[in-house]
Amino acid sequence: MTEVMMKPGAVTTEPVLSRSEYEDFLYHEAALLDAWRLDEWLELFVEGATYEVPTAGAPDDADSSESLFYIADDYFRLRHRIKRLNSKQAHSEWPRSKTLHTVTNVRILGAEADGVRVTSNFVTYRTKNDVTHTFVGRHYYVLRKTDDKLCIVSKRSMLDMDNLRPQGRVSIIV
Amino acid sequence: MATLLKAVPEKTGRWVVEDRNKGVFKVAREAFVSDAIFEKERERIFDKCWLYLGHATELKEANDYLTRNVAGRELIFNRDRKGSYNAFFNVCPHRGAMVAREKCGSALGFKCFYHGWAFNNNGKFATRMGEGFYPEDFGKDGSVDLVRVPRLEEYRGFYFINFDEGAVSLEEYLADSREIIDLVADQSPNGMEIIGGGQQYSINANWKLLLENSFDGYHAEDTHATYFEYLSDYIGGAANDDLSAAKVESRAIDLKNGHAVIEGKAPWGRPIARTIPSWGEDGAADIRAARAELEARLGVEKAHRIADGDRNMGIFPSLVINDIMAITIRTFHPVSSGLIHVNAWAMGPVGEPRLQRKRRLDNFLEFLGPGGFATPDDVEALESAHRGYGNAKFAPWNDISRGLLKDQPTNFDEEQMRCFWREWARRMEDQ
Repeated sequence: MTEVMMKPGAVTTEPVLSRSEYEDFLYHEAALLDAWRLDEWLELFVEGATYEVPTAGAPDDADSSESLFYIADDYFRLRHRIKRLNSKQAHSEWPRSKTLHTVTNVRILGAEADGVRVTSNFVTYRTKNDVTHTFVGRHYYVLRKTDDKLCIVSKRSMLDMDNLRPQGRVSIIV
Repeated sequence: MATLLKAVPEKTGRWVVEDRNKGVFKVAREAFVSDAIFEKERERIFDKCWLYLGHATELKEANDYLTRNVAGRELIFNRDRKGSYNAFFNVCPHRGAMVAREKCGSALGFKCFYHGWAFNNNGKFATRMGEGFYPEDFGKDGSVDLVRVPRLEEYRGFYFINFDEGAVSLEEYLADSREIIDLVADQSPNGMEIIGGGQQYSINANWKLLLENSFDGYHAEDTHATYFEYLSDYIGGAANDDLSAAKVESRAIDLKNGHAVIEGKAPWGRPIARTIPSWGEDGAADIRAARAELEARLGVEKAHRIADGDRNMGIFPSLVINDIMAITIRTFHPVSSGLIHVNAWAMGPVGEPRLQRKRRLDNFLEFLGPGGFATPDDVEALESAHRGYGNAKFAPWNDISRGLLKDQPTNFDEEQMRCFWREWARRMEDQ
C-alpha cells in the first residue's frame, strides 16, 4: 500500500498516479542518463524547474540560500549544465564516463499544489579513467502531469555519504 | 607592504632549476611522484610550516568543537568553558583511541569510549579511578592530559597550527600575505564568517598540482571554455573579451616565504562590489550600498582595491584563499604522493541578507567545487598531469618559465608558482 499524506487544506488539482507510473518514469529518466541522451533528459523538466545536490550529509531541508551545496541549479544554469556536458570541452566528462543509474524504493510522499512528491533510493556508478566510483543516496522529486506527460518540477539528490572521497566530483547527473 | 617581484639569483638544484640567462625555470616531475620526496616533505614542510586549521566562526560558542584531519593528523579544534580556542591531538593518552568521534558539536569534555578515560574541554585529565589501581597523584603532573598541538595562533580569525614548537610566529610566517588576508577580513563591518556546508573531496594527484592550479590564470581560457561560455550568456556580454583585457592590468605579487597572489579584474560579478546585469536593479543597489559602506569605513583607495580586484592567493604550503566570484578558503592535505584530501569552504559577511547570500553562493557554485562548471575540469587536468608524470624518467621536466624575464609578470604568467617553488626548493634541496 502506498501511503499518501495530504497536507490539510492543500489546494491541488494534481492527481496522484499509481506508484508504477512514477517508477516507469524514473526508470526512463535513468535510461536517458545512462545513454547520455541529455537533451531528452532536460526535456523532462518544466521551465523554471530546479536541480540540486546538497553537500554530502546535509539535512534533507538544507537551503541553498544559507548553505553551500555542490549543485543548486535554477533552470537557466541547468540548461547550461546540459549544454556544457554535451560539449567535448567539458574535460571532466570527455571522453565520456560510463554511468549506470539504478533506482529503487520508490515511494509517493504526498501531493501538493505544484505536484506530487516522489522519492527513491539510488545507486549510481561512474566509470572513468579505469576506476569505478559509486554514489548512493535518495532522490526527491516533485512531479507533475502536463500535456499528458509526467514532468519534473524539482529534483534534489541527497548523497548518503560522508563526503566526496574518493569520488572527487559530481560532474555527472547522479 | 607587498613589494613587486624582483630578480632572483640563478639556482640549479636537483629538482628546481632557475636559469635566467636562458629564461628557463624548470621543476622535476619526480618531485610530484616520488614517495621518498613526499616523506621528506612531511618532515621539512608539513612538520615545520604553519598549516590552516579552521576559522574562529566555525566555533561560535564556548564548548563548541569540531574534528579535522590536518596533514594526516587527527585533531580536535575547540573552545573550552572560558571560550578560549584550543587544538588537541585527537588521541586518548591511555591506549590511543580517538576521544572525539563526531564531526562537530558542543561538549564540556571528551570521554574515550574504549576504557572510559575522560577529559575536560581544556584537555585536563578528569577521570575518577577506583582506589588502588594507580598512585594517588596519578595524572596530577599533566602527563595524561590531552596532548596539545605544539603551536596554535590566529590572524584575523584564521587559526593555524604548527607541529614545530620552535617555529617563528604566525604573523612573521605569513609575511605580506597578511595584507591580502586583510582585504578579505575587512569586507564587512560585522566581520566575515565560514558559511555552512563545506565541500570535502579528493583528487588523485600530488598536492603541489592543486597549489599551482589554484592561482594559474594561464589555464583559464583553455580549461574553462565552457564556464566562460556560460558566463557570457549570464552576464550578457563576451566574458572572454573582458578576460583578455584583464591580462593587461593584472599582476603577480611575491608575498614572501613562498606565499604569492595574483591580482586583476575578471568578468564575473563579485558579491562585494561588482554587479552584473542578471542581478537586476536590486543587485546593483546592494552593490552600491556595499561600496559606499566600504568607502566610508576604509577610504576610497582601499575600498577600490577590495571591491574591484580579484585575488587568488597561495599561502605556503597548502592553503588557498581565493577572493574571486566568491570567496573560497581551501586546504589540500596530501594523504600520499598521489592523493589529496581537499577541504573547501565559502566565506561571507556575518549577517549577510538572504538574497545577497544566495547570489554569493550561486556565484561560488557556478565555477567552484565538485559540481561547478570549472573545478571538475581542473581535477581532470591535475589527475591527467599526475598520470603523465609516470613518464618522468624519460620526460623529466615541467616548464614554469612563462614571464620569467618580465619586470612585472601578470596573472597569466607563472611567477606566482615560481615563488612557491623557490621556497619549496629552499626547504627541500640539500644545501
